[in-house]
Amino acid sequence: MRQKLAEALLPVGALAAALLLFGVFVWLGGASPVETWEILFKGAFGDWFSWQNTLQRAAPLMLTALCVAVPARAGLIIIGGEGAVVLGGLAAAALPYAIPLPANAIGTTFVCLAGMVVGALWIMIAGALRQYRGVNETISSLLLAYTAIALFKQFVEGPLRDPATLNKPSTRSLVEGLRIGGIAGSDVHWGLVFGVVACLLIGVWLAYTASGFSVRVVGGNPRTAQLVGLPATRLILAACAIGGACAGLAGAVEVAAVHTNANAALIAGYGYAGILVAFIARQSPIAIIPVAILFGGFGAAGSLLQRRLGLPDASVQVLQGIAFVLILASEALRGIAWQAVLPKLGKRPGPPAPIAVAEQLA
Amino acid sequence: MSADTVVAFSAAIVGGALRVGVPFLFVSLGECLTEKSGRINLGLEGVLVLSAMAGFGGSYLTGSPWAGVALAACAGAALALLHGVLCSLRRVNDVATGIALMLLGTGLAFYLGKPLIQPQAMQLAPIALGGWSASIVVQAALQINPLLPLGVLLAIAMRWAFVQTRWGLLVRLAGDSASATRALGYSVNGIRIAATVAGGAIAGLGGASLTLFYPGSWNEGISSGQGLIAVALVIFARWSPLRCVGAALLFGGAGAIGPALQSVGVSQGYYLFSAVPYVLTLIILVISCRPGSVAIGSPGELSSTR
Repeated sequence: MRQKLAEALLPVGALAAALLLFGVFVWLGGASPVETWEILFKGAFGDWFSWQNTLQRAAPLMLTALCVAVPARAGLIIIGGEGAVVLGGLAAAALPYAIPLPANAIGTTFVCLAGMVVGALWIMIAGALRQYRGVNETISSLLLAYTAIALFKQFVEGPLRDPATLNKPSTRSLVEGLRIGGIAGSDVHWGLVFGVVACLLIGVWLAYTASGFSVRVVGGNPRTAQLVGLPATRLILAACAIGGACAGLAGAVEVAAVHTNANAALIAGYGYAGILVAFIARQSPIAIIPVAILFGGFGAAGSLLQRRLGLPDASVQVLQGIAFVLILASEALRGIAWQAVLPKLGKRPGPPAPIAVAEQLA
Repeated sequence: MSADTVVAFSAAIVGGALRVGVPFLFVSLGECLTEKSGRINLGLEGVLVLSAMAGFGGSYLTGSPWAGVALAACAGAALALLHGVLCSLRRVNDVATGIALMLLGTGLAFYLGKPLIQPQAMQLAPIALGGWSASIVVQAALQINPLLPLGVLLAIAMRWAFVQTRWGLLVRLAGDSASATRALGYSVNGIRIAATVAGGAIAGLGGASLTLFYPGSWNEGISSGQGLIAVALVIFARWSPLRCVGAALLFGGAGAIGPALQSVGVSQGYYLFSAVPYVLTLIILVISCRPGSVAIGSPGELSSTR
């Protein structure tokens, strides 16, 4: 139990160290670190308005993080979720062009399904290339993401363009009835519920079902999976499809709830931020929920940092980068028997920052 | 299609290959060196963007583009050093670290480069090789990036070093068998960190050629994934520095198809043509990879090919 607590504290310690380092970073640029931390907190969780902004950003992050986490449990590092997001959004916006939809919840369901199917197929390409051709899935998924973005721009500025949009090429807007509204009149849309439910369902599936367990076996030890005769290829493709469907849903929800049509604003980097969220959550679907809310909060605080302290809009990206690096570095500290190491450590000069923080918290 | 159009189109393709191919060349050489030592550096995308910013900033502040080039190489080496050191820690995965550094490198570059978006910086003076032709289009296409000959020389030098020198052999040894390296009394991590840092510095030159030659300005969309394509390019070049030159120029040419068509008046499908390098990379990977077997020429310790 104590061991488990210490392990759970590692990511928390790494995040605290990241915030500390980020403070030093802005301090070097002449801004006050204390003020920065204050604004980060206020902009993310300070009042109901910030909370709405935070949760609005957390919704797609949960879904794109699942696009990394589910394949990761099957042993694949997929980083091209952005491609599934933009194509999912495009499919959602394009569906009304193809078939007449009833302007109600059923129509909305179809719009979301279109996004999920396209996202699932897109990520499955990367899984299939790996299983059948031995192509590294990390590289192929990223190349597919760039290809998807090019396809998206081609369609939005070409065949699907609404002629009324001159400066900002967009598809035709979804009719009112097809859009996804806010929960109980707030700005927080139902996408958040989709995200939370998806995380919980997939978490339960991985932990308590036979097929979920098989996926984890395939990811954990391919040799064992082969020995007990698990259909590795089918399971890996299924994991890719589920992850891709989540990212595609994220795109569809962004279109149906936020932008109302597909335009370049959809390429907002949610797919890439999802990688970070999944890694910090240690690829656990349940842990993705709080981590996504935290990073949604940082994203929400970004514009406030820009307005109040004049920091560049990329400061949140720097914070994310530092956090990602420290989270990975903290892996090296996992499983160390601290009782044996601590007395020795005191004698050595200057232990690196993440170690120091993890110690204090442990 | 008239003869003039054909000349203009092929000049635009060749010129594009020579201009767009240079960043590809340096990044793939950097990645080649890193992978030869047994590590994969996906963070070269971050290295490229950060060094592009550093090169532009260096040229802007000092007024000398070559100071910018030097600064770009240093920035690239610094970020690569972080990658090398992180990957030497226990249980730290090099692919995941690469993704983290991609995020960190681009974040730092956008943060620090914010004031550099407006100003102009001194550019590298081109080498004009088109004097033999009367056609202005051909002359314009053969304005060569001065870093290109440097890159070709570097490729030849790397090829020579890998075969002939003690250092080159050590890098390959660390890449092919960590245990053999240890048995001979060398530090595997030390060699890999050194190779990663040198690779980052080389990739930094690619960043400098982005902001100091073509397209020649700093903005947040400066790189379109060249750092990642490089990983695939190295697989395509089968870990040979000389083949990296050909691969880089091929990709430069593929990336130039869209602009070249636009220059002769075809603007249909511009975005589709911009995707050609990515699709080409995918096709190459599909052809050159085989399930269950290791690619010919790949370093034995590489995680991406196992």
